[in-house]
Order: sequence, then C-alpha cells, then structure tokens
Amino acid sequence: MAAGNLLRVDDFCLFYRTSGGIGRAVDGVSFELERHQAMVVLGESGCGKSSLGRGLLRLLPRNVETCTGRIFLDGIEISAFTDERFRSEVQWVRIAMVMQAAMNALNPVVRVGEQVAEPLLVHRGWSRARALARAAEVFSLVGISADFLRRYPFELSGGMRQRAVLAMALITEPDLVILDEPTSALDVLTQAGIMNVLKRIKRELGTSFILITHDVATSSEIADRVALMYAGQFVELAGAADFFLRPAHPYAKLLLASIPRLHQEKRPEFITGQPPSLLSLPAGCRFAPRCPSRFGRCAENPGLMTLLDGRQVRCWLYAEGLQQ
Amino acid sequence: MTAKTTWTTDSGPDSLLEVRDLRTWFELRRWGFLPAGFVRAVDEVSFELRRGEAVAFVGESGSGKSSLARTLLGLYQPTGGEVIFAGRNLQSLNRAEQLHYRARVGYVQQDPYGALPPFMSVGRILAEPLIVHGISSRAERRRRINEALEEVRLTPADDFLPKFPHMLSGGQQQRVVIARALILRPAMIIADEPVSMLDASVRVEILNLLHTIRTSHNLTLAFITHDLATVRHFAERIFVMYAAKVVEKSEVNELVDRPQHPYSQALLAAIAEPDPANADRVRVIPGGEPPSLISPPPGCRFHPRCPHAIPELCDREMPPEFEPRPGHFAACWLHR
Repeated sequence: MAAGNLLRVDDFCLFYRTSGGIGRAVDGVSFELERHQAMVVLGESGCGKSSLGRGLLRLLPRNVETCTGRIFLDGIEISAFTDERFRSEVQWVRIAMVMQAAMNALNPVVRVGEQVAEPLLVHRGWSRARALARAAEVFSLVGISADFLRRYPFELSGGMRQRAVLAMALITEPDLVILDEPTSALDVLTQAGIMNVLKRIKRELGTSFILITHDVATSSEIADRVALMYAGQFVELAGAADFFLRPAHPYAKLLLASIPRLHQEKRPEFITGQPPSLLSLPAGCRFAPRCPSRFGRCAENPGLMTLLDGRQVRCWLYAEGLQQ
Repeated sequence: MTAKTTWTTDSGPDSLLEVRDLRTWFELRRWGFLPAGFVRAVDEVSFELRRGEAVAFVGESGSGKSSLARTLLGLYQPTGGEVIFAGRNLQSLNRAEQLHYRARVGYVQQDPYGALPPFMSVGRILAEPLIVHGISSRAERRRRINEALEEVRLTPADDFLPKFPHMLSGGQQQRVVIARALILRPAMIIADEPVSMLDASVRVEILNLLHTIRTSHNLTLAFITHDLATVRHFAERIFVMYAAKVVEKSEVNELVDRPQHPYSQALLAAIAEPDPANADRVRVIPGGEPPSLISPPPGCRFHPRCPHAIPELCDREMPPEFEPRPGHFAACWLHR
C-alpha cells in the first residue's frame, strides 16, 4: 500500500434483508483516502451513500444480510477487529461521524457542553472538568462562544446545533470524520458558515473528511476528490477539478447539467427516468436505462476503468479503443 | 399539451392579487391575564401579483415566507392589512365566497409524502376537492381527474388512479400534489418549497412542469423558496424576505446581477455553484443570526448584521421602500 494513505477500502459490500428481498445498498466499493484529504461521496437518495458511511464505522442496523470487504486504517486491517476492539480503538477515537440530522438528535434535557464532552468521558476516561475545558476549546474552533456550553439544545439555532454536533465529532481529535449531509437542512448563509468551519478545520488540524451529500454545489466547497455513487456503486471517482469541470460518466455529466447556476442563462436539464430499485438491479450497467449514450455493450456489467488522467469511470464508453 | 386555455372566468384588470400592509401575528401563550407578546410572522408586507406571472418569495427559515403563503391561502387570519384577490377583499367574503376563493387558489406543499393521505388512492385524493366543491356527477369527476393527471404527465391515468402514495416515487408524489392543486382550475398556485424534498435531477423536471402548466393556463404562480439559484430560472420576479418583511423586489435578472439590499447581496454571495475553486475560498457571510420576531430590533431589522449600517439612522428608523433603479425596490436607507 502507498505510504500516506489513511484509509483503504477494498470491495466493500453491504446488503440488507428486506421484505422485498435483498437490498444491495453498497455493492463493491473500493477507494483510498490520503491524509488531509476530503473526499465527497455524492449521490441521490437511495444510492447507498449513507449505508457506506455507517458501514465504515460499523454502525449498522439489524437487518444486515452481508457486510464484507476489507478496510485498512493506516495499513492496519480494522475490518478484522472484534466489535469490542473496534469500539475501543476506532469508533470515535480514530474515526468519528456526524450523522444525518444529528443536530436534531441532541438530548434536549442535557446541557450542550456535557453532550459534546461525553466522548472524552467515555473513550478516554477524562474527568468532567478536564473534558469540559476541552469542549470549550473545540467550541471556539467551530465558532461558538464557550458560554453556550451551559445552554440546552433548544436555546441554540440550527446552525449552532450543527456546529455543536461537529464539535462532538472533533473532540477526540480523530484522523477521519465522516459527515452525512451536514448542511442539507440549513439555510444558505448558515450552510456557508458551516462549510467555512470545515475548511478551517481541514487546514488547521489536518483532519481528513468523507462528506456524504446529495448537494453537488456545496460538495465543491471542500472536495479534493469526488466519488459519484449510483445504485450502490461508484460510477466515477475523480479529482475535484476533473469531476466538476470535465465529468466523464454520462450520469455525472447529466447530474451536473441538472444543477441550476445563478449566473448562467441556460436552464438546467433533468434526467429522465428513475434510479433502479436496489432490490432488483438491471443485469448490465445500472445507469443504462436512463443513459442517452447507451449502446450494445451496456447490457454487460462495466467494471471501473482507469483513464489516463487517473480517474476511475464505470462506463463502457471509456473501454479500450473507445477512449478519446 | 392542450391549447392555451384560461381557466380564469373573472377576467379583469392585469392585477390578480394585491396585498397591502399585511400583518400576520401570532399571540404567545398568555401568562394569566397579561398578554405575553406576539410573534410577528408577517409584518407590513405589500406587493402585487399580476395575472400569469411567476414570483418567487425567497428567504431563510423563519423569514415569514410560509406564514405569508398560509395567510394568502386563507389558512391564517391576517392580524391587519388587506388581501385583495380579483378585486375582492378577502375579509369581506362570506362562507360560500370563501369556499369559492379556495377553489381559485391551489396549494402545492413542500413535502409531498406528508401532504398526501397515505390511506387514499390517487383517484380518491383527486376526487376529494371535486366532491367538496359540489361536482356530484361521477363521470364529470372522472373526466376532470383524468385531465389533471394528463396535465402532470401521470399517464396512462388508469395506471395511477388505484395507486397509494407510498407506491409512487418522490417526483410522482409531487405530481399528484400538483394535480390536486390544479383540479379545481385555480387562477393562482402557491407552491411552498415545491422541490426542496426532491433529488436534484428530479427538481428541474417538476419546475419545468409547473412552468408549462402556468403558461398554458395563464396561472399566477407564487413560489416560496430558500433556493435562489433554482428559482431564478423559473420565476419572473423575486421578492426577498427577511425577518417577516419584504426587503427587496425586482425582476429576476436585475436582482441577481444588481442586488440592492445588503441582505440580498449576502444571500447571493453565499450561494454555492459546483466549482472546484470554491475549496480555496472562504465566503464572507454576515455575522449573527436573524432577529427574534417577538422583539425585532428597532429600525431596519438587518442593521445588527449589516456591514453598511448607518449609525443613528438604520438602528432607529425603519427604512421605507426606495426605488434605486426602475422597477427595482429595496427597503434600505443606503438608497435614500
């Protein structure tokens, strides 16, 4: 493995048992994440991006059918750890997560400071006073005054609650923070404020991020790399500049064309059709039924192909001989 | 698409809806006999909507845009001011006229799944308003339902009539909501965040649909939204709301290119577009948060956050509406 890689994920699969059959939420995802990097996992609802995030941290519901694949953190295979060891050495110690809508899941009857300091009490066995002093430091890092430590969640605005939840993830100084839709329920100005905080943390603390989102525009605020997910698979994995300026996969092109731009006269366009059900996936390329450039070969399942510029694309258009 | 048919029977002047000094205040829970105060959800808002135009009310959560929508729909009683629809003052309507008014104004809710009763089939959901409004002939109802489903492109209609909301995708659910808003052939549609719950690739499809329906029936469309970038392509005018007031009104391109109110300027500067250069950019955003609507600050409500606030003016006197450029209004002392 290349030196400097913080995280490596090999062929990660996560299937659920449902009343309608097996739902293949994450179907063979592989990637590497360097230190100080932010990778965005971009996808529409139901593509499996949240399952991927939770799966990496082993925060799984009970109806998991299979969860396979190898995960390495700093070269150590954490997927081989027992649950006990994983909890004490990885969860919230090396990898923390901000869950979707976590800001609404704060305990309403416990002061915010206590909740933010809790990981230190649980995982490090710190004294309450020491943990609260550390919480005050992290609060200033995310841009909340330390006075708010003594407040209750209802006394904080949405933006401040989101910052508090972020502080909770950062308090153990993890190497990697997984953020699941951290800004999607927030107003535009508040969103911009949170993204500013994330940028500062990335620069000052060197924390790595995996940002899971459906919001293409906001994702460009922090992405070094973008993984576009469709129906449980990565369909494109590219550097941010390549992805946003020169998308390769037909889905990536259409998705970017569907995003309205403020200073552009051209109307955004929509993608016809719907993503397939994860319970009954089409045999070949999963995007083919909606793809304007599909051709005969799309009936076969395309693998990820590496292009000359290093990006990976799951599309037959980029198979040898067809590459421009 | 059907030929251009105007459902509006009350043909009249160009203006469809006029709102003057509208206030919707909610009283806080009393403490004994003492009134505890009011939440000023909509506070002295005035504007006019023309027939057939699309206007977007843009603001952050808590700016009063949804309260304004619900007041216009007649779901909230205004505390003061006037709403005049097709020449009639809403407060002067009797019960029968109110019912008629509700048929003239359609409502598209934000969360389609929440807005559709889960135990009713699509056919039943669409029949309900017709029954309430006295269309007793089953054949006539059936014809109107088919027409509405065709309008929102849920065809063939027979496939969708027996389906329940959970059997439909988010986009299809929102189409049913739109069909329900259209079924009484309104003159105006109020759409409260019609696409915010949908995926990016579906949003544009729904907005295109609303656009087509609006132009083919000369409907007035009022979008309530927080998403300037999306609505910019689908509205003709934009009204910016902040702390229960409309602070800026203008034609869309004019507003996007030359925002006049410091709040609109901040809002536009905060909108992200998919651009890798964003990663190296720290956005300048005004400090602080929107004020309490129970005790709003004196003077201009944006002055505590405004980088251009003029001392002893903005913090004392409420700015009136100025017209810095033709047809472009801003409630800001910088334009006095």
